[in-house]
Amino acid sequence: MHPAWSVIFLTTLIGVGQGLFTALFAVQALDLVPAGAGFYWAGAVLALLFLAAGLIASFFHLGHPERAWRAVAMWRTSWLSREVIVLPAFMACVFGYGLGHALGWPASGPAGTLAIGALGIVLCAALFVCTAMIYACLSFLQEWHSPLTVVNYVLFGCASGLMLATGFAALVEPHLARLLAAWAAGLTLAALVTRAASLARNARLKPKSTLQTAIGVKHPRIVQTSQGFMGGSFNTREFFHGASDAFLRSIKWTFLVAVFPVPLALLGAGLAWQTPALLALAFLVQYAGLLAERWFFFAQANHPQNLYYQRIS
Amino acid sequence: MSTKQLALVIDLNVCVGCHACVTSCKAWNTAGAAGPLSDQNPYGADPSGTFFNRVQTFEVGEYPSTETVHFPKSCLHCEDPPCVPVCPTGASYKRGEDGIVLVDYDKCIGCKYCAWACPYGVREVDEHQKVMKKCTLCVDRIHDELLPPADRKPACVMACPTNARLFGDIHDPRSEVSRAIQDAGGYQLMPEWGTHPANHYLPRRKTEIKVRAEDLERVDNPLKIDGRLPKPALKSPSLDDVTTW
Repeated sequence: MHPAWSVIFLTTLIGVGQGLFTALFAVQALDLVPAGAGFYWAGAVLALLFLAAGLIASFFHLGHPERAWRAVAMWRTSWLSREVIVLPAFMACVFGYGLGHALGWPASGPAGTLAIGALGIVLCAALFVCTAMIYACLSFLQEWHSPLTVVNYVLFGCASGLMLATGFAALVEPHLARLLAAWAAGLTLAALVTRAASLARNARLKPKSTLQTAIGVKHPRIVQTSQGFMGGSFNTREFFHGASDAFLRSIKWTFLVAVFPVPLALLGAGLAWQTPALLALAFLVQYAGLLAERWFFFAQANHPQNLYYQRIS
Repeated sequence: MSTKQLALVIDLNVCVGCHACVTSCKAWNTAGAAGPLSDQNPYGADPSGTFFNRVQTFEVGEYPSTETVHFPKSCLHCEDPPCVPVCPTGASYKRGEDGIVLVDYDKCIGCKYCAWACPYGVREVDEHQKVMKKCTLCVDRIHDELLPPADRKPACVMACPTNARLFGDIHDPRSEVSRAIQDAGGYQLMPEWGTHPANHYLPRRKTEIKVRAEDLERVDNPLKIDGRLPKPALKSPSLDDVTTW
């Protein structure tokens, strides 16, 4: 597939927002910071900024962004439609959560910040599932069609969000930094395990579709001599990344280094020297690595339609 | 299975790869009510455009026993289309009355998700209108009461000079397409994904006359005349119009 920057930014940015909100709610649920503290409402504003940036990025993917409201229609069948519903609902919840803390609403009770936060966590989980299932539900994109896709989206989102929460806490609630860093490190390591599992799985995938099934001729040797046109088309642009194998491999190693060991080292150094700047850098490096990870995620998926577009002549 | 399912049946045995279906499809549909099938840079160095139908060519086998297969490809109007449920707006739909998979261009937001969800690569974004387009089976033609009944067929079927494209209802067992599928071994593309394409392809077939020795000469051959060639008169033409003396 040809990786689209709009989708890469959408999935990574909302992942950060979701992870950050999860961190806020976890801190409140464990009662580590009193309700109404700046940590909560400023954190909610930060999470909202990431979610809004992701939402804006998604509009660049559409041919007709002005019709985007129509996308709520088919929630019964389409994961994309479900995501379109859940994302604004989650953003509203994050907004309500931050507003509640800023206005000093009580923590407990039916309209308390804990209740709003709990609803937000449910929507956050639903959003992770919707986003990942958009890709995981396509059975013939075999690289994506796996529960690992969902697990990876959850873990990457939570890891990057907690990485941001660590840097943020170092500025406003320094006593939290150590705990949040431990969570961020744990989630990053868990993501390493599941992403390595999906890389291993994808490396040994055997494509179910072949030229034989594509044109229905039973012969071991079939080659295309013409795809039917000499210029480009949507099919040649949308489904081929056009990069070399060496480039693909270099992106893989880039994200494996930038998402896992480097942020963890920066996290440790930032805690040891009490430097919030290093913690912020840990988040930035991991986020940049996640952009590469998502690029690789799209580029690695091999669409069966490519069988029909092998030769220009 | 009782409802109608219109479809094309494409006979790979007679397709000669002339691309007449491609050009007639483009001509009909670019002039249709739904707006043009736009081209970008059509006369420049890197032309590109929206097409519903393509003819591709494959080489099967290794020299000297090779065979060229011309392979027309358009939307297969799957009976279980994977592109329809993923559409978030409902712009992509399968018509109940005739089984045609269509896109409502006024509802399409151009998210391209349906194209990702089609294993056959038959949906193309129109770069000018920014909506997803695909074969409509010439829906504006096949139901047009103003046309004579013989012309109520997709433009590609009308154009095919070798009659490689048949059009009809594959759920009607007596239709031309159903009989062709049954008699000539019609098959579906990529059956592994369970999409149940409505369009079928008829395989390449070799026409061979099996001649056995006993067809030419009886085993007992009592008068010893089987196998002897007829001797025409000196001036008369032989069986194959050639004098054999």
